[in-house]
This record gives sequence, structure tokens and C-alpha cells, in this order.
Amino acid sequence: MRVVAAMSGGVDSAVAASRMLEAGHEVVGVHLALSQSAATLRESARGCCTIEDAGDARRVADRLGIPFYVWDMAERFKQDVVEDFVAEYAAGRTPNPCLRCNEKIKFSALLDKALALGFDAVATGHYAQIHEAADPAAPHGIRRELHRAVDMAKDQSYVLGVLDAEQLERAFFPLGDTTKPDIRAEAAERGFSVAKKPDSHDICFIADGDTRGWLAGRLGEQKGEIVDTEGTVLGEHGGSFGYTVGQRRGLGLKVPAADGAKRYVVETRPESNQVVVGTAELLGFDEITGDHARWCGPAPEGIVSVGAQVRAHGEEIPATAWADGDNVEVRLERRIRGVAPGQSVVLYDGTRVVGSATIAATGTSTRR
Amino acid sequence: MIGGVSDAPAYLDHAATTSALPEVIEAVVEQMGRLGNASSLHGSGRDARRVVEESRESIASDLGVRPSEVIFTSGGTESDNMAVKGTWFHHFENGTGRDLLIVSSIEHHAVLDPVEHLVLEHEAEVAWLEPDGLGRITSQALAAALDEHADRAALVSVMWANNEVGTVQPVAELASLARKHGVPFHTDAVQALGQLPLTLGDVGADLVSLSGHKIGGPMGVGVLVAGRDQSPVPLTHGGGQERQLRSGTLDTPAIAGLAVAVRMAVAEQELSAKTMVGLRDRLIQGALDLDPTIEVSGPWEPGDGTRRLPANAHLRVPGCDGDSLLYLLDAAGVQCSTGSACQAGVPQPSHVLLAMGVEETDARGSLRLTLGRTSTDADVDALLAALPGAIDRARRARGATGRS
Repeated sequence: MRVVAAMSGGVDSAVAASRMLEAGHEVVGVHLALSQSAATLRESARGCCTIEDAGDARRVADRLGIPFYVWDMAERFKQDVVEDFVAEYAAGRTPNPCLRCNEKIKFSALLDKALALGFDAVATGHYAQIHEAADPAAPHGIRRELHRAVDMAKDQSYVLGVLDAEQLERAFFPLGDTTKPDIRAEAAERGFSVAKKPDSHDICFIADGDTRGWLAGRLGEQKGEIVDTEGTVLGEHGGSFGYTVGQRRGLGLKVPAADGAKRYVVETRPESNQVVVGTAELLGFDEITGDHARWCGPAPEGIVSVGAQVRAHGEEIPATAWADGDNVEVRLERRIRGVAPGQSVVLYDGTRVVGSATIAATGTSTRR
Repeated sequence: MIGGVSDAPAYLDHAATTSALPEVIEAVVEQMGRLGNASSLHGSGRDARRVVEESRESIASDLGVRPSEVIFTSGGTESDNMAVKGTWFHHFENGTGRDLLIVSSIEHHAVLDPVEHLVLEHEAEVAWLEPDGLGRITSQALAAALDEHADRAALVSVMWANNEVGTVQPVAELASLARKHGVPFHTDAVQALGQLPLTLGDVGADLVSLSGHKIGGPMGVGVLVAGRDQSPVPLTHGGGQERQLRSGTLDTPAIAGLAVAVRMAVAEQELSAKTMVGLRDRLIQGALDLDPTIEVSGPWEPGDGTRRLPANAHLRVPGCDGDSLLYLLDAAGVQCSTGSACQAGVPQPSHVLLAMGVEETDARGSLRLTLGRTSTDADVDALLAALPGAIDRARRARGATGRS
């Protein structure tokens, strides 16, 4: 196959590209330029798309002897990921931009361009696996399924839970069967200078990791009230967008709770610019209503047993799910805490990713 | 196809760099085998000095200037920096009140970036000369700028020929206008050397930048021709080897190679231009025949090698991204350029095309195809064979990524 290897300049995508090449594919390395003003040098372990990253990716491609290009997707990234991120926060939700990027950029804008240019697929350095399962109903009798990586500490199937069957048909994740330390060892063995490069983490377009400050720079400071569930004003804040359900730190409340209990953000109300705080108990829920459902294969029919995961490296909770068009109702077997609307719930069947949805609302069932 | 079908790709990027002449390689190798620092006073030093000075005299004679006006540099970029920053700082340090630069907006980054640096860091002022739709800086535009700013202007800088779209500027007219107003005139002639007759003595420019590797000479060596009345402030300080304007041990092998390259470029210019014009016209006409929506940037008249560089073809393909075309042609064994500035390899629409009034979307679909001494009809054929398929796929790719 002719494959585009998306190369960020990090160690994972470097090994992914070399594995694709060794598997006999024709590989072209592509670095996505996602920032409109690329910083010249990496300032910390965070971030991506610096000139240094592009250079690192190019060095690996040169070593592999494969062509290498930089594709400018900054405008698409800005529209589909960054502006969406800001709009979601402004609306009181907490989005995960990595899922959005995989859905809209890596396996949409990049994949579509690659296909149009005559490529067959895109390979990335995500830790996840694709299994091929016999399925008489599938186009070639084979269905590609998305599964967790063997290295659970690095598993990135959560951020890929937005890929549909068509996207999975064209995706390769060559690292899913290996642990991260082994990938680093392999990179060193291959003589890649990026073998010891630190992992990137957090949100790539917020270089210093200060999400609240970054949002304030875009949305402006909006002074508002911090209230308890009775409506009593306890303090003030610089914009409800800077607060996430479940958050405890950085509230700056001057009046302690009467009973001394710790207080958490339990709700943000963008329309009145209020942040509501309450006890940990109020954070508990066991029902999720999700929208923007994405299925990594056929949509489940009826009520199905699944494992539900609500954050990138969170725990998987046994649950039942019922898919209804764009919506999903998930009922967890036990209560969990502190999940904000806008986060994604990814559903698993064993190691297989069933699909995902964006959390629109949470609630508690009457049963305990 | 990826990884190269053909054993010998068609190389159509000679404006980026071209292959070194065998005679140049011979001269460089010969000098590299010899010992001696041209600044040393003993026998070995004198031998090296002799090579340097004979090279200088040879280059001066080929260009019609005096040997003392030839300053060896590391290449076009350094020459441009010396001319622009050195001249501006000369006025700044002497408090002459000339703090303004008159510069065309379609210069190479080796001129633009020093200008922008002076503006940002030293509060220099700049009057930009905008080109017409064909990329020409008219003498009317310069006259207007001089009328307004002549008493404050430290330098006029307009390139001899544009590196992207190939437009040749009326440098003799522009230089004479600047002279009339008492403002020194600099021209970046890196692309012009070898393609156009470069009779510097007649043109009357005060500062001219030249580079070795664009004409089959070594990389890393060039010349700033600086009139004897020009005293740009040095940018690097040290031994003061070159007229106290430029320091650093003279690179005898590169300088010897450069002299050979300049001699051959000048001697063969007329014949070479004729060959290049023939190939260029076949390339452009062939592309237009394949797809009549293609637009040629800059002036083009079949047979003409004076208004457009003989070896430059610049095409804009509607509905395509240059980087897609570049990849598809590369995969088909045709090597060319989008002609745009690449920072970190990120394709940006060309500032030259934007200045010429080309829409940003159209500016992204550009291809620069440049010929050289080794170019043949087969190279043009290879391009014309690969182009239709590449355009088709590139159009689909732009459709897929949602850019209109």
C-alpha cells in the first residue's frame, strides 16, 4: 500500500513510519503544520509543530530514505479544533481537542488529502491496535476493529474512539502491540536522534499549559459570581469558562463551608456567568446522556453491556449503553465523580472500542 | 512510483542550485591541495594571495568593474546583508539623518529580512516599491519614492531579476534615477548572472550581490561588488581581509572556483540564454496546451530573454496547492519548486505573487520550473508528461481538504 506516515517529530511516529516501511509499504512522511505562528524552538516537553519538531521528523525521514513533506493544515486546525475548543469552553463545556483533531484533522483533512493524492492509508504513532475480524456483512468479508494497546499505561484508544468504520479502513497504528519503553529502545536501535525526546502531553496549542489564562486571552476577562447551590454568593471569578466541573483548586473562596467540607465546582452557568460550588457528593452520577455519537463499526442495537471510560487515562466502569441515532444513554454500574459536559465517553467491549459520544448531561438514577 | 521510478529525475530547479562545472571542481580541488593563507607574508601565503588576487582581477574584468570593487563573501545572502545593513548603519553611525530605505517588496528574503530587522530593532523607515501585475518595478514608482524621500534615503535596493517569477527589472534606469537623486543603488543580481549580460560598469549600480553556486560555482562563496565610494559598516569584525569591510580567512579554493564559474557564465551567457529561451518557451507553451487555465506569472513573450529570465518558467495552476503538485511531480521523477519561501518547510503563499496582486488561493497553486546548463528537451518532456496527472490529483486533493 501507499501510506502517509504522519510524523510529529516525536519518537512514536518515527518508529511507526519505520515499521510501515519494513512491512513493505511505500511510505511518505508528512509533518502537519498546525500552528500559524510556529515557535522556533521547543520550550518544554509540551506543544508540537515547532520548527525543531519539523526538523526532527525530517531527519528521521531522511534516515529512512523516504520522501518527506510539510502539509499546512493550520487553517483547518484553527477552525475545526482551536475555535471549537474556545466555543465549547465559552458554552460551559470541557472538550477534549485530541479527539477532535483525530476526527477532523488526522483522519479527515489529512486522510482525505492523502487519498486524493493517490495514497491508500494514513499511519500514526498512536498506541492502539487494529484487529481484523471475519464479518460476512463487511465489504471484503473483513471488518477492522479498533482495540486498546497492549501497553495500558500508554493506551490511546480513548482519543481514537471518534473514528468510524470508513476511517478505520484507512488507518494504521503500528505501535499498539508494543510497550513505550520498547518503542524507545527500538528508536535508539534504529539510531533515531529522537529516541530520548520527551513525550508531548497536555494541549499542543497551549504552549505553557495554562488553559485558563489562554482562554482568558481569547474570551476576555468576565467577572462573575461563585455561588453555592442555594445561590449564596461566595466569591468571584474572571470567567466561568475557566472552571471545570469537579475542580477544587483555584476557587479562592474566602468563606469556608459551615461544616468545613471541601467544595468543588459542580456546575458552570455560562448564560449567567456563574460558577456553582458544592460538596463532593453533588458530583456523583451514574447516568450519562451523550450526543455526537461516533461508532467504530456498526452501531450497537438495543441495550448492550459495555465498559465506559470518561477521560483519557481513566478507569473503565461497567455499564449498559443504548444507542439512539446521534444520542447515547449510558448507565454506569456505580457512581463516579467529577465529569464535565463536553468530555467524551468512550465505550468498550473487552479491549474493543465500540464508539464514543460527547457528554451532554449527567444524572443520578434512583436506584443506589 | 515513490522513491523514484526513473533513475535520473528531471531536475527543473536550477534557480535553487545548479550542478558545479567540471572546470570549477578541478580548480577547487587543485587549490584545496595547496597550503597557504592569503594573508600570510611568506611564500605559501604569497602563492595563495596570488590566486585570490588573480581571481579577483578575472571576476572584475568579466563584470566590467575594478578589482578593488570586488569583495569576496560567503554568498548572496551575506552580500545582501552587507549592502543593506552595512549601508544603513553607516548613515546611522555617522548621524547623517538618512534613516530610510527604498526597497522593492518582491526582494529575496536576504534583502527583506535585513530591512525588517532594521525597522523592528533600529527604527529604520522603509518606503516599499510595489510591482505591477507582471512583477515590474517601474521607474515611475521609484521616481515617486525618491521625490518624496531622497533627502532621507540611505539606499535604494531593487533586484536585477526576480528569483521566483523571473521578471527582469529596468536596473539601468532605476540606478540612474537613484544616482540623479544622490542615493546609492543596490541590486541583488544572483539570478541574473549567467542569464543576462551583466555589464556592471555601464549600469551604474553602487552595490551588486552575486552568488557562486547559481552559476555552477561552489556553494558558500559570492561577491559584493561595492563602488569605491561605498563604505558599508562591516557586519563581522576580525582581520579585515576584504577592504576592512569583511573579515575571515579568504577561502582560496572557493574563490578560485568562483572565478572560473564567472568567466564561463559570462562567456557563455549569450549562447546559453538562446538555448534556455528555447527550452523555456517549449515548456510554457506545452503546459498551456495541456491546460489553458494555467497562468504564466511575469512577462512572457516567446523568444524574449530580456524581460523575463531565459531559464525561468513560473506557472499558476488554478485549483491546486503547490505542495501537492510538488509531491506528485517529485514522485513522478520531476524535481521543481513552488517558488515560495519555506520556513520550516511550511508552505506560505509567495510574497512576490501577493505583491503582484495575485489572490492568495491562486498564489498557493504555483510552480517554479527553472532550467540550467544540463537541461534537455527530455526534462521538459518528462514534466509535460507528468503534469496532467499531477494537476488532476492535486485538484482533487484541494477539493478533499475543503479549500476552495
